[in-house]
Amino acid sequence: MQGVLYDFTGLIQSIDAVFRASMSDLWATVLEYAIIGIIYLVIYALIGLFLVYAERKVCAFIQVRLGPNRVGPKGFFQTIADFIKLLLKENIKIKNADGVLFNLAPFIVIVASFLTFGTVPFAKGLQGIDLNIGVFFIMAVSSMGVVGILLGGWSSNSKYSLIGAMRSGAQIVSYELSVGLSLVTMVILTGTMQLSQIIELQSDGWFIFKGHIPALISLIIMMIASTAEINRGPFDLAEAESELTAGYHTEYSGIKFAFFYLSEYMNMFVVSALVATVFFGGWMPLHIGSWQAFNHIMDFIPPIIWFILKSFALMYVIMLFKWTFPRLRIDQLLKLEWQYLLPISLFNVLLMAFVVYMKWYF
Amino acid sequence: MAEEFVHLAVAGTEGQDLEINMGPQHPSTHGVMRFVVKLKGEVVESVQPHCGYIHRGIEKMCESLSYPQIIHLTDRMDYLSAHINNEAVCLAVEKALNIEVSDRIKYIRTIIAELNRIASHLLWWSSMCMDMGAVTPYFYAFRDREKILDIFEETTGGRLLYSYNCPGGLMNDIHPNFQKRVKEFIPYFRKSFKEYDELVTGNVIFQNRTMGIGLLTREQAIAYGVTGPAGRGSGFACDVRKRAPYSAYDKVQFNEILYNEGDSFARYKVRMDEMLESLKIIEQLIDNIPEGSYVEKMKAVIKLPEGEYFQQVETARGELVVHIISDGNKTPYRVKFRSPCLSTLSVMDLISRNQKIADLIAIGGSLDLVIPDIDR
Amino acid sequence: MTNQQLEEVVKRLGVEAVISEAQFLTVEVPFDKLFDLARNLKENEQTQMDYLILITGVDYVSSFGCTYLLTSTTHNHYMVLKTRNIDKANPRVDSVTSLWQTAEYHEREIYDLMGITFNNHPDMRRMFLDESWVGHPLRKDYVDESNIIERKY
Repeated sequence: MQGVLYDFTGLIQSIDAVFRASMSDLWATVLEYAIIGIIYLVIYALIGLFLVYAERKVCAFIQVRLGPNRVGPKGFFQTIADFIKLLLKENIKIKNADGVLFNLAPFIVIVASFLTFGTVPFAKGLQGIDLNIGVFFIMAVSSMGVVGILLGGWSSNSKYSLIGAMRSGAQIVSYELSVGLSLVTMVILTGTMQLSQIIELQSDGWFIFKGHIPALISLIIMMIASTAEINRGPFDLAEAESELTAGYHTEYSGIKFAFFYLSEYMNMFVVSALVATVFFGGWMPLHIGSWQAFNHIMDFIPPIIWFILKSFALMYVIMLFKWTFPRLRIDQLLKLEWQYLLPISLFNVLLMAFVVYMKWYF
Repeated sequence: MAEEFVHLAVAGTEGQDLEINMGPQHPSTHGVMRFVVKLKGEVVESVQPHCGYIHRGIEKMCESLSYPQIIHLTDRMDYLSAHINNEAVCLAVEKALNIEVSDRIKYIRTIIAELNRIASHLLWWSSMCMDMGAVTPYFYAFRDREKILDIFEETTGGRLLYSYNCPGGLMNDIHPNFQKRVKEFIPYFRKSFKEYDELVTGNVIFQNRTMGIGLLTREQAIAYGVTGPAGRGSGFACDVRKRAPYSAYDKVQFNEILYNEGDSFARYKVRMDEMLESLKIIEQLIDNIPEGSYVEKMKAVIKLPEGEYFQQVETARGELVVHIISDGNKTPYRVKFRSPCLSTLSVMDLISRNQKIADLIAIGGSLDLVIPDIDR
Repeated sequence: MTNQQLEEVVKRLGVEAVISEAQFLTVEVPFDKLFDLARNLKENEQTQMDYLILITGVDYVSSFGCTYLLTSTTHNHYMVLKTRNIDKANPRVDSVTSLWQTAEYHEREIYDLMGITFNNHPDMRRMFLDESWVGHPLRKDYVDESNIIERKY
């Protein structure tokens, strides 16, 4: 079971060796960075486009519709067509907008989401940045996105945008706490913040099983809070198309709007990938105790497929949230966080610490 | 170089309210309506409706049109209960001419009016849920509304504006399939109604968003003339079908739905229950449509005797009153339509004060305003 | 309450009124007595006209008129209140908004389209038309050359 599809470390190392053999170390590093950057950009855009398509199909499925079905087989190229349309659209200049901030905002948002995307471990050896503080890094960088949203809403010089941005600020700052605490709970169990190590530790069982009750609580909180943090329904108050037309990105058009749009979907992917990594073993296959034959079949499925299946399953759950529930009100949203999720997470941290101290985990 | 950036939204508003324009183009005004909303943060301080964006002067136009022609204009007021608007004018003309239409006409009118009410309430349900951020119900309701519209298309030829009534009866007879298809629709709708309840009514988020929001007392409802489901949600028994029965409503058994809470959820429940009551009415009538002619003999030119005539009907939104002043000519001297939505609109400011912006939208959804009905 | 009883109540109130019976009991009063009668009708225990259904402004060519359709939610009887000799040059009637709040919008509509001003109205502005609009479209002598086309039979 040591094919290329199962462990990318060897492949990456041999490519690296080829580069370093043919040029100086500095040039090799620069070239590698450039190549990795380009590959990530392409994958980022492709996953984003696919997610938009998937969301449309899932939403159509829930709403007894067909969804896109004209462009390409089963409408597969619909989002590409839309993306081209967005590229060609005029970038409307708002007369009273603050030019610099207005143009900067979508880039801050997309850079924040792109940076988190860099840490996603797709398979063994297939990870952009494997920091020893991976979880912490994701937390830190993902909250940068709110700066872009606030700036975008403020600099548009529109009342709807302003209200949307303020809502978004309040919302993300609050829910950041619960996301952080539920991750902290898991870090207590894992003992490391490095994503690759977190996955390695789950080779004999996913953390959702190992950590049992506190892990389950923190999974539920994580799913709710991260849905809120990425501004998706039922927590999409910052956009709230029926109240604020489109919230903070009301005044954006063309590619700048596409940036907001794309980053929203990619944030959803990153969140699902993070949950899959921390709770569901990342690219580790599902193993059940002593079922040798079953475990063997599971091992046969390449890790990258495991990873993508897990994150897409989680994304499906997030999509189900959006297309089933009505939107919350701002005070209910904050009440949910400060009165319920935060105390529960704080308690959960203690519970997990106690469980770990008593060695009650598996 | 760049001019100094002045934030227009907040410039010079320190200590003042933020004033935003909802509409004329806004996703949740359901038409061309403008609300000037004063905000303190998220809290609504006052709502100032500005109407008239689609005022067509129907009342003025009526003064130069004959009575059969007027009917086609009434479709365009409350376009979601077009049939009931038609009926109002026809009943007024028939009352003025002392014509008693046959039972067959009454039955068919009543059945179609009730189907129309269901279709209208379905559209309200879908748009109210969409106002609150749930998009899926929209498609569920439109799927079922389509079935009613198909029935209408077969019989009346129209899907939205029917103009199926004429003074003295109906434009044409019902389609041979009509009874069969309506009877197929009733069990189908009962089944999908359960789905609606499961999807929205029992939802905790939905209940938290609507319960206790937009409180309207019974006294206020009467004083402001809020009729229809919005009034009945406040315990104001204003159903014209019970108070002053017309067509076949005195021959059927049905309940007037009343809720005393007066909040958005009560208004929601009234409409939901009303759909089932409408089904009950249709069930009682559909098998008993008497044989006969679908139109009474009328003179070629209809001239109303001099006098004033009132006719109240219960549209899906409340009490519509047609007031015709005739001077004996073939065109009316003056026609006034008392549209339910204008009165309902007047409580908007009263009940959405000190609520959040999101509640304002939910309240607007629960009042079920149709803008052409306000503007006429 | 039957129409006869209503008629007696109105007569007892001592208002000079022309009472006739059409579809509903119709009471015609001079426009300056209208508000008092309306208030009495609303506050009287026997009538309790607490629900104003509609107000119609009518142009009678020689004068203006207003028609009020009233009903009681407790007794379920109807009454039409009419006034028709409103001065054309300076049409003014007392507002009934203080009795029935629904009148606020109905009176604004009449002010807008018919041009009758209501005294003591809290917010006498145009309802549908722009503030800069000249004339009141529902008047019989309203001319709008660009928008109203004379029909030829």
